[in-house]
Amino acid sequence: MIPVAKPRAFDVTTLPGFTFVAILSFVLLYAPIVTLVVYSFNGGNSVNQWGGFSLKWYAVAAQNQAVQEATARSLIIAVWASVISTVVATMAALGTTRRGKFKGQTIIYVIINQPLMVPEIVTAVALLIFFSSVKIVTGYSGLGYLIVAHSAFCVPFAYLPIKARLEGMDTTMETAAADLYATRWQTFRYVTLPLLLPGVIAGAMLAFIISLDNVIITEFVKSAGQDTLPTYMLGQLRRALTPEVNAISTALLALTVIILTAFFFVTKKRE
Amino acid sequence: MSGAGRPRSKAVDGWLLSAPALILLVLAASGPLLIVAVYSVLEKGDYSGVRWILSGEGWFRVLFERDIFDQTISLADANLSIFWRSVKLSVATTVITFALGLPTAWFIATRPAKTRAIWLFLITIPFWTNLLIRTFAIMEVIRNQGILNTFLIHAGLISEPIQILYTDTAVLIGMAYVYLPLMVLPLYASIDRFDFRLIEAGYDLYASRWQVLRGVILPIIKPGIIAGSILVFIPSLGAYVTPRVLGGGKNMMIGNFIELQFGQGQNWPLGAALSTLLLLIVVVSLIVYTRVSSRDDPGG
Repeated sequence: MIPVAKPRAFDVTTLPGFTFVAILSFVLLYAPIVTLVVYSFNGGNSVNQWGGFSLKWYAVAAQNQAVQEATARSLIIAVWASVISTVVATMAALGTTRRGKFKGQTIIYVIINQPLMVPEIVTAVALLIFFSSVKIVTGYSGLGYLIVAHSAFCVPFAYLPIKARLEGMDTTMETAAADLYATRWQTFRYVTLPLLLPGVIAGAMLAFIISLDNVIITEFVKSAGQDTLPTYMLGQLRRALTPEVNAISTALLALTVIILTAFFFVTKKRE
Repeated sequence: MSGAGRPRSKAVDGWLLSAPALILLVLAASGPLLIVAVYSVLEKGDYSGVRWILSGEGWFRVLFERDIFDQTISLADANLSIFWRSVKLSVATTVITFALGLPTAWFIATRPAKTRAIWLFLITIPFWTNLLIRTFAIMEVIRNQGILNTFLIHAGLISEPIQILYTDTAVLIGMAYVYLPLMVLPLYASIDRFDFRLIEAGYDLYASRWQVLRGVILPIIKPGIIAGSILVFIPSLGAYVTPRVLGGGKNMMIGNFIELQFGQGQNWPLGAALSTLLLLIVVVSLIVYTRVSSRDDPGG
């Protein structure tokens, strides 16, 4: 073809300056994170001076007993919270999807999504008041409070992808199973659940991340000596910014990105 | 799960299956909120906690204070300045995130289908990244020996580092930074459904770009704008971590003020009243949002 100087088609989707601002936004979003990650590999003793590439601060963090304990605690809570919230969210999603509107459905939605709407500080204070009386009455002060609190605010995060998956599934397979005299449980176990699984896994992953990252509610609910990784980091900040905190942040960030990438592929498959 | 005749009704099934989730949430989320409301009208305990005597003191202390000696009532200036700072910073955060978020959402929505998912993924990573980590990241940038000041000094623009950290500006930068994805995502959702032929029609009718933006695009994506604004405004108003880390001790917002009442302040009824107030603001915003979005979107 002969290259003709054809005037570029007028693109209706372009607005002046929009692309520039968009690229700027992405740069602004990522520049601080990249800085944090780069500085976590700083070999120097202070956050102010670059002392060459090193994994020193990762080693320091890994050998710090407080960090080890906080990490273990964070993982225990996140595993429990994601399992509990995913199970109850799956049931609720099955109960509220694909059966037409029923009385009180809106109330169920409002209660399930409530943690997304109420400022976290308010829930944190509420749980502080509630659990402190429960602690006095029962004398129990273990990790149970944190697990219950985390499970509760993780429910909407687990519920939304599961519900989305259910809404996208058609009901013919289940009808077929029922026509073949499968019981309700068999239909669920062998038809619905396998089809729903990507949604359930996605929900569990989001719940896991949300639990792992929580600061405010954990800070208010935890008893003495029950620091999780984020509350430990917040506590460290009272003194000074250390490269160790950067290293822990980067490790947590890496975990989040890995889980999100997996989530991306799990939810992508359905198309 | 239709098929063979089921004896139980849809509603019973729905409620039974939702019951475990509801019990968990009422126990560890919604229920305790009611306790907070109750505590706000009780009398303050000697050290912490409450005495079970009805009292309006908690709510009274939200806005007023009594002189210790002559009991004269005056407006609590310290509280008012905290409220004012919270509202001012939250509004500013919403405006900044909108100014950056609209072009960003527009940019993502107008990418070809293949790369769009990647751009969207790039927005969701910061969205899901720990708020504390993102706040640390901003702190790295704006502190006195941080990259921003270092860069400005090397560029010869300033000779002394600018004190940004531990000021209201730092809190504003931090909140705009951490809440930007919350503005982009709902805006993207409404632009994604946008029928671009409408813009073409606008241009065919000799509208300028500005007129197309004002007269066609903005009115149609209004539900997304409102959703994004609420999603940014509510957490900004209740922000706790960002003002604590970036604002230092003195630039408190409502969230930190609430914590103070349950910590050193030892005034649980006041803390409970402030929490209830925050909750009421949220409920009102959500009701307004539902009204406005159902009026604008008769199909949905």
